[in-house]
Amino acid sequence: MKRLFSALNAVIAISAGVIVLLGYFLDIPILHNLRSLLLQWAFILAGLAVLIGTWNLFSVHLQKVRERKSGFINNMVLLFFLLLTMTIGLTPALRPLQYLVFNGILVPAEISLLAVLAVTLIYGSLRLMRIRNNLASVMFLFSALLILLGTGPFPFIGQMPVISDWIRPFISNNLVSGGARGILIGISLGTLTTGLRILFGVDRPYEGNQ
Amino acid sequence: MINPNLAGIGIVTLSAILMMIFALIHRRSPFSFRIIQAFTRIQRAARLAVEDGTRIHFSLGNGNLLTLSGASALAGLVLIRRLSEITSFGDRPSMVTTGNPIINILAQDTLRTSHDNSATDNTFKMSDVQFTGLTPISYVAGAMPVMSEDNITSHVLIGHFGPEVGLLTDVGERKNASVIAASDSLTAQAVMYASSSEILIGEELFAAGAYTQPSSYHASSLLVQDILRWVTIAALLAGAVLKLAGIL
Repeated sequence: MKRLFSALNAVIAISAGVIVLLGYFLDIPILHNLRSLLLQWAFILAGLAVLIGTWNLFSVHLQKVRERKSGFINNMVLLFFLLLTMTIGLTPALRPLQYLVFNGILVPAEISLLAVLAVTLIYGSLRLMRIRNNLASVMFLFSALLILLGTGPFPFIGQMPVISDWIRPFISNNLVSGGARGILIGISLGTLTTGLRILFGVDRPYEGNQ
Repeated sequence: MINPNLAGIGIVTLSAILMMIFALIHRRSPFSFRIIQAFTRIQRAARLAVEDGTRIHFSLGNGNLLTLSGASALAGLVLIRRLSEITSFGDRPSMVTTGNPIINILAQDTLRTSHDNSATDNTFKMSDVQFTGLTPISYVAGAMPVMSEDNITSHVLIGHFGPEVGLLTDVGERKNASVIAASDSLTAQAVMYASSSEILIGEELFAAGAYTQPSSYHASSLLVQDILRWVTIAALLAGAVLKLAGIL
């Protein structure tokens, strides 16, 4: 019975994948309509998955509070605000408060973390030579330094004469964009073969990759 | 003028046929691949985790399965499937954090399947897979405390990330844990290069399946990627030459 279900799952997933793929490439009305329908179902399921994900978040933190694990106060704060935000979102009369939560708590908190990230990245770049002491790392740091010098206006000097006008545009327009396109082509080829493996039923993420 | 839609379906069909042919060839005489240090380290980390009684943390990022960014998370799931089968023999099974609810469900399913297949006494716990946040920053903020746990000695970050991944790699390095990172995002790759001990560049992350399991289709897909890459290079060079000659 389990094998039958497994085969049925694979047939449904592969058929849906083939229909969406063909609907993207071929201008046949029935394929277009089927593709749109399947994608609509996918979006509805994705919405449902958010609810399941939120339940996962809630249950994990509730378990930590129950077990009194270290830092459980943080978990309690998270649970409190999760419920509060949910209540605000679900109660029509409290809708205006949503903007307050978003602009007053979420955005400033995320911006603060981005500020920490700026410091972390500077520290990380200083640590690079310890982690990976080779020619590529030296070139990485050197080009990052040139881009920084060529980008920022400096007090009293403004733009750096040669670096801003010649070196930075040459690095970013020629060297970096060439390399970046190469990497992106590689990634798109990897994405293509990953998709094909799923269409062949070799990778089955919907069955725990059995 | 070439119809882009027909060209697209032609490339997909050609890739599919090549993949099947190479898979058949691989079954008779297996291909050998170059050594990628990151995969060697990941497998060693899994074995060490079993011996030490520690655990591995997998971070799948916040790639959305309904967009192109989901492919990197799917590659991550294949890696989790193979490695968690090894780590489920240890005292502490692997744990996974995700920033996308669909990937979270798939990761739960993958980890559960690994536990079932390894047939050990360890039971799968839902809390081993955690959805930590919906936005990139909230995901990282939620994953940082998980990464700070003392019993985790290796972190494998594989999926779609932005520059905020620097916060995760920093936590790993500060806890003296080994951090192996891979992403489909260029920004994240630059940050990972500067801050993690081992990194997979570009399409190397899609080779996870071929390097961790003896599957003919995974091996053949790498060969197809190589062939398509050379075809693309040839087409780019031909285009440049024709442009120089004034034909295009």
